[in-house]
Order: sequence, then C-alpha cells, then structure tokens
Amino acid sequence: MPQTLFEKIWNSHVVHEEVGKPAILYVDCHLVHEVTSPQAFDGMRIAGRKVRRPELAVATMDHNVPTWSRSLPIKDEISLKQITTLEQNCREFGITLYGLDSPNQGIVHVIGPELGKTQPGMTIVCGDSHTSTHGAFGALAFGIGTSEVEHVLATQCLLQSRPKTFQINVEGTLPRGVTAKDLILYIIRTIGTAGATGYVVEYSGETIRALSMEQRMTVCNMSIEAGARAGMIAPDETTFAYLEGRQFVPKGKAFDDAVARWRGLPGDPGATFDRQITFDVTSLAPQVSWGTSPGMVADVTDRIIDPETLESENDRKAARRALEYMDLRPGTPVEEIRIDRVFIGSCTNSRIEDLRQAADIVKGKTVAAEVNAMVVPGSQQVKLQAEKEGLDRVFTRAGFEWRESGCSMCLGMNPDILSPGERCASTSNRNFEGRQGAGGRTHLVSPAMAAAAAIAGHFVDIRNWD
Amino acid sequence: MDPFTRHRGIVATLDRVNVDTDQIIPKQFLKRIERTGFEDCLFFDWRFRPDGSLNEDFELNAPRYRGASILLARANFGCGSSREHAPWALKDYGFRVIVAPSFADIFYNNCFKNGMLPIKLSEEQVDELFSRAKQTDGYALLVDLVEQKISDEEGLELKFEVEPFRRHSLLEGLDDIGVTLQHEDKIRAFEERRR
Repeated sequence: MPQTLFEKIWNSHVVHEEVGKPAILYVDCHLVHEVTSPQAFDGMRIAGRKVRRPELAVATMDHNVPTWSRSLPIKDEISLKQITTLEQNCREFGITLYGLDSPNQGIVHVIGPELGKTQPGMTIVCGDSHTSTHGAFGALAFGIGTSEVEHVLATQCLLQSRPKTFQINVEGTLPRGVTAKDLILYIIRTIGTAGATGYVVEYSGETIRALSMEQRMTVCNMSIEAGARAGMIAPDETTFAYLEGRQFVPKGKAFDDAVARWRGLPGDPGATFDRQITFDVTSLAPQVSWGTSPGMVADVTDRIIDPETLESENDRKAARRALEYMDLRPGTPVEEIRIDRVFIGSCTNSRIEDLRQAADIVKGKTVAAEVNAMVVPGSQQVKLQAEKEGLDRVFTRAGFEWRESGCSMCLGMNPDILSPGERCASTSNRNFEGRQGAGGRTHLVSPAMAAAAAIAGHFVDIRNWD
Repeated sequence: MDPFTRHRGIVATLDRVNVDTDQIIPKQFLKRIERTGFEDCLFFDWRFRPDGSLNEDFELNAPRYRGASILLARANFGCGSSREHAPWALKDYGFRVIVAPSFADIFYNNCFKNGMLPIKLSEEQVDELFSRAKQTDGYALLVDLVEQKISDEEGLELKFEVEPFRRHSLLEGLDDIGVTLQHEDKIRAFEERRR
C-alpha cells in the first residue's frame, strides 16, 4: 500500500504495538534544555535509572540565559540554579552539553539542524512544543512534556497513539517581500489555532519546494500554533545540500548512502491523507497579528477587525478581550499602529537568512527615535556568521542592540522582557497575553516586517519599501 | 502515581476559549527545578493584580469556587507551550478533572501523566454545564472513570470517551516507564536490527 512520508517514518520506528494500546515508538534524537528537564533527571535518580542511550541525547541551555555579554555573571539566582543543574545532570548521566561557553550553544531548534543532528527520516523529540521545527528535514519531530522526557531518557522510546495525517498543499509564487512567516501566519489564521489538533501536517506543493531550508523551518516551527502534533516537509535536493558537510552528518560514501536512503522517504504516489487543503499564495500580503492568539492575524493593508462581525459568541468575546488587552480599536489601519519595541529572534526567525533579510531593510537607515530594537541571533554559529558578513554593524549602526544567542524575548524567561503596556513587533511565534512580559503587547511579523517597523516606528507594507 | 477512579468535587468555570499554558502558568515560574509547589503560580497574571492583590474580577477568585476540584473550560484548553508545569500548577491548586470541548494535544497528554483526567464533551454539553454551574452555588459533579460518566445531583448524566489504555493507566495508577520497560527485550531487538 502506498505510504505517506509520515507513515514511512512511523512504521519504521514502531518497536511494539498491540491493538487498543499506543505504540512503543523509538526515538532517534532527544534534545534537552534547562527548563523542562530537571524534574525528569530527578525522577531518574529517585527510581535509580540510567539514561538508556546517552549518545542519542544532546543538551543546551537557551530558555532562561541572559543575552548580554557572556562574561557577565547571571544575576538571577533561580535561573543560575537551573543552568548549573543542567550541567550537573549532563555530567552525571553522560549527555553532551553545549553550555554557555560553547561555540555550539544556541536555541535548541537552531543548533539541532545547524550541527546536522537533525536528519531526514528520524524521530526527534524535545521538551518543547517548537520541536516541530525539525520536521522541515523530513523528520517526525514533536514536543513532549517532562514526564515523557523522563520516559525517553529511561527507555529511548515513547508511548504514542498514531496521529491522523493532514496535507497542506501550497501553490503559487510568494510575492516580493512576502515570506515563509507570512505564509504560516496565513495558514494558522485560516485553519485556526486548533485547526490541526490531532494531526501531523505535511506541507507540500510548488511554493514549499521553492523555500530554502531555513524558510521551511519557519513553516514547520509554527505548526504547533495550529495545534498540529508535528509539521513536516519531504526531503529533496535543497535538504541534502543543506546537510552536506555539517558536523554530525555522515561524510563521503556514507553521505551518498544516506542520501540514497533519504530519497525513499517522500510519500508514494497514491498515498492518501485523512484531510487535505490547498492554498494559493500568489497574492498573499505581509501578515501582522493583532490579538492574543496566533490565529488573530490580518493583512498589513487591513483595518483592525470589529469583533461584532464575528459569527460565534465565543469568538466575539475572545476578540473583544484581545482588543482590550492590545489597546486597539476596530477600524484602525494596521499600518497606523505605532510600536515601542522590536524583537528579531526566536526559534521561528533567528537564523542567518532571517538576519540577512532584516539587515537588507535596515541598511543605511536609523531606528525610529521612540523605538527600542534588538537582534538576538539563534545560536553562536549564527552570530559568528552574521558578524563575518558585517550584519552586526548594519544593525548597531542603525541603532539596534546586538545580543548573544538564546530564546530571549520570545518568552521572556531571561531579563529581556516588555514592560506593561509596551507594544512590540516580534519575529517570534506566540502573541499570548503577557508572553513577552506581563502586560506586554505582541504583534507577530516576519523579520523584514519587524525591521521596517523599527525604522518607521509603525507597521509598513514591506512590498513598497525602497 | 495515585490511581483515579471516581471523584466528586465543586465545579469552577473559566469562560474563555484558547486558554494557553502561558496563562495557566507564566514563564517566571518555570525556572524552578521542583515538580510541586506551583499552586500560587496558577493563572498568576489573571488571579493577581500587578500590585500583588487578588483580582476580584477573575472568575476563579469568586468565593463560591473556593475548594473547587473540577475545572469547566472552553475549546482548545492548554494550547501553546508543552510545559508540564501547567498540569502541575492545576493539580497543586486542587484540580483533578478538567472538562472542555477540546484540548491541545500535549497538554491533554501531560494531564494523564499526573493522575489528572481531562474530559472532552460536546460544545452543547459544555454549554449546559456552564449554565448549571453559574445557576447553582456550590455546583458539584461526580466523575466516574470506571463507568465513564459524569453526573450531578439534579439528574444530569453524561457519558464520556477516553482511550482504553489511558483509562486503564489512570484506574491502576500505572507508571508508564515501568510499562514500557516490560518490553525491554523488544527495544533491544529493535536496536540490534538497526545496527
């Protein structure tokens, strides 16, 4: 029977399956970070268990690390304790750690692909919902809770019920200035934040095939914002070219053999999905979120929605509440919304191409006087590459702050937070109430849109930028 | 894990769709390395005002919901971050059961790992429960996982579905890791095959 990409990976990782029970699924790669692992390691110690395959796990610290100079001490004692706890746990259980002094440190979903830990056909898990990012390589990758982190440490397996499959087909050429971020925001806006709950999404179609690996990662990254268990894209020449030469990718003949295997992963002709939808992006506009849920999104050329025009009472209530929190009025043009802060970073948009796109917009210009803008590269390797290309100077000359790598203001676990009432154009993935700081107001946009907003002091249609 | 069979408790309502895990427990509390002690962190930004005082306008703070152990919520409850701190905080606060039309996948799964029961009912059934809970002070439900039904003292009785394996694990209070390790030989054989 013809199989989809998902089915091929799932079937080849089932260790054991009984009718009426979840499958025992083998995990090829386990990414670990400081926030969702300490209680799991504790559980291992209490039960007297060893990590079954420590060499299949890799750890870094990203969520709560400060992004100012690494030479400065971490002032927050609780954060520091969490960081030293990860160091101790990795030492005790024999797991490789890319710590704060490592040239490989960075956001876990940036360094996995960058180091070549992420490879097609793998099952990849991490105690973080944005693990869906790695699906861009044709891997089955999803976020898990801390109890499951412990389960993987102890058994190298997970108990998983088979999800349903959902094909999102995207056709048409993205207009100039419109990016993968706009594409995924538009998809979430259309299918809803629970639109893919219970499904693994496979993105396909000519638009997806034309995306670079970094853009594909942006799309898969935000699958979770549509509720999906995972997002994935079949591997192709773009994938193989990205992987070749990376640290943990096989070399020489072993690489050729791997590629030959990976070529068998894309879905077979005639393979079917539980659900399918097709988008045409030929006339897609840059997207800007206006509310407190990633499905509350508008075209940059739109006006703020009137909640009373929505169909269900629950949606009207949610929209009214969101506009009150965001301090926005129905009818206001999106382009007239003025901002206080700009954050370029996060596992969604902090890779080298994202920074290049933002730098292109910023070059030779100055950040608006009332705006405080920062760029937080996704990893030390991204930072180094950007500095080689002179992007750091483009940003700092324009008035941006240039920081060390980490999750930073995407979730504000470190000192990078919004003050109450501050409005931010952010390249991150969630606009939830208080996500970037209690009382802070987040608008999700692409790196180019965030950069343009920093210069103009308000949102602008990037398609008209000169 | 403590087994879950039947539970009777007062119902508190949270009448909002898409309640995300950032609201259930804001990030500043994720720096702790312990697994318990999160009760005061639950819905922190909604329960408390910026000056630290109790926000009387937030429905969970209503005196009638004091001691509630069943949370009645709206669609897509628990969306967003995978943080297991969300069910930990709900449990530490006293909730054992959450009833909603739908849940986000990771949150739903995390609940079972902590001896909590998330119950999916239809929108109409949830609407009915909301209206009953709002009408009656101290509105209580009996949740019976053995019979897979919930009932109130006014004769309402609703059946619910839960996957047989999850139900069995909760009823017996099973440790998932222990269950998987019973298949150690199969895991080893799988690893041998792939060498």
